Amino acid sequence: MNQLTPKERMKIPRHSMIEQDPAERSRNFSEVNLGYTPELAIEEAQRCLQCPKPTCVAGCPVNIQIKDFITLIAEGDFIGAVKKIKEDNALPAICGRVCPQEEQCEEACVVGKRGEPVAIGYLERFVADYERESGKIDVPEVKVSNGKKVAIVGSGPAGLSCAKDLREKGYEVTVFEALHELGGVLVYGIPEFRLPKEIVRTEIDGLKRMGVKFETDAIIGRVFTVDELMEEEGYDAVFLGVGAGLPWFLGIEGENLNGVYSANEFLTRVNLMKAYQFPEYDSPILDCHNKNVAVFGGGNTAMDAVRTSLRLGAKNAYIVYRRSEKEMPARVEEIKHAKEEGVQFMLLTNPVRLIGDDEGWLKGMELIKMELGEPDESGRRRPIPIEGSNFTVDIDVAVIAIGNGPNPLVTQTTPEIETSRRGTIVVDPETMKTSKKGVFAGGDIVTGGATVILAMGAGRKAAAAIDHYLQNGAW
Amino acid sequence: MFKIIEARFLAENIKLFEIEAPRIAKKRKAGQFVIVRIHEHGERIPLTIADSDVEKGTITIIVQGVGKTTRELNLKKKGDIILDVVGPLGQPSHIENFGTAVSIGGGVGTAIAYPTAVALKQAGNYVITINGARNKDLVILEEEMKAVSDEAYITTDDGSYGYHGFVTDKLQELIDQGKKIDFVLAIGPIPMMKAVADVTRPYGIKTVVSLNPIMVDGTGMCGGCRVLIDGKAQFACVDGPEFDAHKVDFKNLADRNKMYHKYEQEALKHFEEKCKLTEKINTLEQAE
Ligand SMILES: Cc1cc2nc3c(=O)[nH]c(=O)nc-3n(C[C@H](O)[C@H](O)[C@H](O)COP(=O)(O)OP(=O)(O)OC[C@H]3O[C@@H](n4cnc5c(N)ncnc54)[C@H](O)[C@@H]3O)c2cc1C
Ligand SMILES: Cc1cc2nc3c(=O)[nH]c(=O)nc-3n(C[C@H](O)[C@H](O)[C@H](O)COP(=O)(O)OP(=O)(O)OC[C@H]3O[C@@H](n4cnc5c(N)ncnc54)[C@H](O)[C@@H]3O)c2cc1C
Ligand code: SF4
Ligand code: SF4
Ligand code: FES
Ligand SMILES: [Mg+2]
Repeated sequence: MNQLTPKERMKIPRHSMIEQDPAERSRNFSEVNLGYTPELAIEEAQRCLQCPKPTCVAGCPVNIQIKDFITLIAEGDFIGAVKKIKEDNALPAICGRVCPQEEQCEEACVVGKRGEPVAIGYLERFVADYERESGKIDVPEVKVSNGKKVAIVGSGPAGLSCAKDLREKGYEVTVFEALHELGGVLVYGIPEFRLPKEIVRTEIDGLKRMGVKFETDAIIGRVFTVDELMEEEGYDAVFLGVGAGLPWFLGIEGENLNGVYSANEFLTRVNLMKAYQFPEYDSPILDCHNKNVAVFGGGNTAMDAVRTSLRLGAKNAYIVYRRSEKEMPARVEEIKHAKEEGVQFMLLTNPVRLIGDDEGWLKGMELIKMELGEPDESGRRRPIPIEGSNFTVDIDVAVIAIGNGPNPLVTQTTPEIETSRRGTIVVDPETMKTSKKGVFAGGDIVTGGATVILAMGAGRKAAAAIDHYLQNGAW
Repeated sequence: MFKIIEARFLAENIKLFEIEAPRIAKKRKAGQFVIVRIHEHGERIPLTIADSDVEKGTITIIVQGVGKTTRELNLKKKGDIILDVVGPLGQPSHIENFGTAVSIGGGVGTAIAYPTAVALKQAGNYVITINGARNKDLVILEEEMKAVSDEAYITTDDGSYGYHGFVTDKLQELIDQGKKIDFVLAIGPIPMMKAVADVTRPYGIKTVVSLNPIMVDGTGMCGGCRVLIDGKAQFACVDGPEFDAHKVDFKNLADRNKMYHKYEQEALKHFEEKCKLTEKINTLEQAE
């Protein structure tokens, strides 16, 4: 492929994703993005300048060898490319779909300085899908058992990646999961139309074939405490990847009305419990046909909830966000997709109270207009209410998607594990060691709600540190 | 996969199951519950752990068939499998020697109150139990309750057995007789729990109720089970299910529990039609 000059490469336009038509997809739960064809992938790969010092790599939280895998794609070696990615990232089919690329790898790509960056995420996704669809995913080799046992608590991206690395190194690994399904937010939070559950299942099947053991319906802190895992169940080390699964509410009047959901509940009912297939599945969710639905928040969770409401039939689906679009933490692609699907954005607007009827059903919301003031500690301009600008809108369903805090089930029962004021677990950032000997933690339980790739990176870092600890015994 | 070791009806529509779940049996305390999902298409429903046997590695649940899932569960027999059983969930009952403790159960609430009554007795309380049912046929756990009580009363709404009247009538009678009551636990339908709270409030008797909001995960993740206690939202699955009866917003709980009424009716109809069909097929097969 070296026959193309950099200038020629720069001339190739970025290949957009093949997508389902917005009008159609906003009423079904199938994946929105359909993926590149091999031809498109090769052409997109040719846009990469193969920089001697690839800046993209530093933009990726786990430093995938982006230039190298893209070169392999350009050469048509898709399987080689996915192997290259997997040296650093165990879950490329997932990260290729859900990473905020525009602020990570692609933000750092030099091609993006003068035009649109190389579509690193789409390429990552393409080769991972290619491998899965070819049915030739090879199971990583596992070292002979070293007889040491590690317990992983939580089966989200942090737990899964930690489990994989340790198993490869020859540890006996058991993952304990509170829910009946494995995958954490990947299965209960992120909807099917963005991340098909089949993909998560394939990844987990791979781990099972490597010999990782999984126990669902097992809540640590309830069936076993962390101490019991180590003292009675014979685990030599414990990794806590329990996520940030405790939903925050707004604390305004009317939040307990019928029709008001946390995003976690709304999404769990739909994704995990398959309520959109009621009554074939037993869990119900309020039918949104001919209804007005408002979602409060501006992150990925809010976008997922509002787009889900459309798929449940919503007549009007609103995003209510107190800052402007620029400050929205959601991935750019999600905001774009939401708009295309007809979501209405009420920006610089904040809910004041929820209004109900005598039987406790939500009927409307009172909102207030906001303006942006000085930047706050997060660096974003602080929203300030404009006095007297209140107005009301009729709604039938409200979803609160303003974030999650850490769930205290484990830390409450293991007081020696140091937590921050916010309840997150305090770790040494290099080793992911907690204040309790033999116990490591990573992912959202340490950072608060963050990203899949950061959780995965933390799981891998912890795996390396656990290996080190169990090999030399020094804490 | 959790195996049913024993299954029998205690009354019409109320069935007791002993289920193999050794880890939960070992850990559970009075007042805690499990969440059950019976098959791949099933919903997750909470059920109180009525008893456990650590040696056998079993827990006991007592289920009243009120809708689709509980009725489907009640079709299960000894040897059948329940797909998911997770627990023990919720805070254990707060048990101490209060002095005289009254445990009040209404309907299947009797089963939910039973383990706590046992624990209250073990803690040295003088235990009075009042268990209400609509009629004689629906009285459950009479012998068990008697065995843990210093005084045991049964009330029936229609007077077909025991005291004729509501549990609150009996409670008021005891108070009027000058019995010094230090603690009341009330578990049953929402109107009953509210009525008990109203009886004890003027006397300042510490009263605890076990709330039954709609749950999904049971781990504090969804917030669907939130109840208003003193005007503030609490998650019944992790902060409860037991709360100070005098602080509970019962109207909000009753309203919230009706949220899916329409869907529940539909699910039940769907299920009953399917049952009839299976029955038909079975009779046809037998006829052949
Ligand atoms: C709706 C939604 C959309 C998102 N979209 C994106 C996106 O597009 N891109 C992105 O990068 N990030 C996204 N995120 C964030 C991302 O999903 C999380 O940062 C990531 O999943 C965190 O991984 P984790 O492994 O730390 O925890 P989780 O994925 O939360 O997994 C934790 C697991 O631990 C289990 N658990 C908890 N307590 C216990 C216990 N005591 N015993 C046993 N098991 C327990 C939980 O049930 C859960 O399965 C989104 C999050 C949500 C909620
Ligand atoms: C902590 C707790 C302990 C309980 N213990 C027992 C027990 O020991 N024995 C017993 O028979 N019942 C118990 N229940 C009630 C039991 O969970 C419900 O009767 C059951 O979920 C109804 O399901 P269904 O599909 O059969 O009926 P449906 O027709 O679907 O529902 C009937 C009513 O039950 C309530 N309900 C529905 N779904 C749920 C749900 N997912 N979670 C909670 N409530 C729901 C609603 O108010 C609804 O109107 C308990 C409830 C709670 C919260
Ligand atoms: S893992 Fe995420 S950040 Fe890293 S290269 Fe892939 S898409 Fe980019
Ligand atoms: S920075 Fe962009 S152009 Fe350069 S190697 Fe990375 S992906 Fe290719
Ligand atoms: S049932 Fe989900 S938080 Fe209580
Ligand atoms: Mg039901």
